[in-house]
Amino acid sequence: MTTSPTADPIDLSGLAVGDEVARTTHTLDRDALVRYAGASGDFNPIHYNDAAAEQAGLPGVIAHGMLTMGTAITGLLEAVGDPTLVTAYSTRFTGMVPVPATGEVALEVVATVGAIDDSAGTARIDLTVVVGDEKVLGRARATLALPRGEQAGADAGGVA
Amino acid sequence: MTTTPDPAFAGRTYPAGPVHTVSAAKIVEFARATGAPSPVHTDPEAARAAGHADVVAPPTFLVSLAQATEAQYIEDPAAGIDFTRVVHGEESFTLHRPVVAGDRLVPTLTVESVRAAGGHAMITTRVDLAEEDGAEVAAVRSMLVVRGD
Repeated sequence: MTTSPTADPIDLSGLAVGDEVARTTHTLDRDALVRYAGASGDFNPIHYNDAAAEQAGLPGVIAHGMLTMGTAITGLLEAVGDPTLVTAYSTRFTGMVPVPATGEVALEVVATVGAIDDSAGTARIDLTVVVGDEKVLGRARATLALPRGEQAGADAGGVA
Repeated sequence: MTTTPDPAFAGRTYPAGPVHTVSAAKIVEFARATGAPSPVHTDPEAARAAGHADVVAPPTFLVSLAQATEAQYIEDPAAGIDFTRVVHGEESFTLHRPVVAGDRLVPTLTVESVRAAGGHAMITTRVDLAEEDGAEVAAVRSMLVVRGD
């Protein structure tokens, strides 16, 4: 685990609005749901038991929204290298992610720069998260702390 | 028979606590379950080399402590929330500093709003996490939708 062949982190000092920061595909299967249930303590049976899910009016077992949220940010985390640069993360849950008893579903995530706040030294990263044609997260946004390098310190006179 | 969430709970802040000690094993488990790639989540040596006291929590790790804290409101029969009708609407994390294993966090629950919207009810809660001396560490905001008939 400690020697994953990850690429070098992207250069955060040169980010511009519209830049694509990460594009990743994540697969979710029932094993992933059970593992997340144990890790998070969310043992709602709609996330592992088809009968319970159908009784709740669902088409079948669905992924925890929080598993989708937690997974969707990992492409960005990998791209920036240091996960503590993410200082905020929010989303709306707009679509369910049904997970079949066998096989898997693919979560496709694209992270782009939505805005840059020079005075705060942050970038807003917008995530689009889809399964097939359906957007499963809405307004998924992370705040990324940008490096304040030597050159930033030298010309930071206007920053309060 | 259905119940509807009592709007009188809006604005209520519950007593702080109890203190929660962040577990290294739970951080490792959570990082693996969500596929968080950095070794600072799973390897204490890598975390220390990066300047942290111990393994670092992924961005959504505090959801478990937040939900456990929300339960004192959600599961209170007087609040009128039928949990079989609850759907997660929104979630938001604000991290004032990295959360690491061994942190002793004091959670405080506030019910921000309880509103009716088109036959449904929308409940927004906020859990503030602080150090024992009061220094802010993080805030977790959740919006739940309670479906009407």
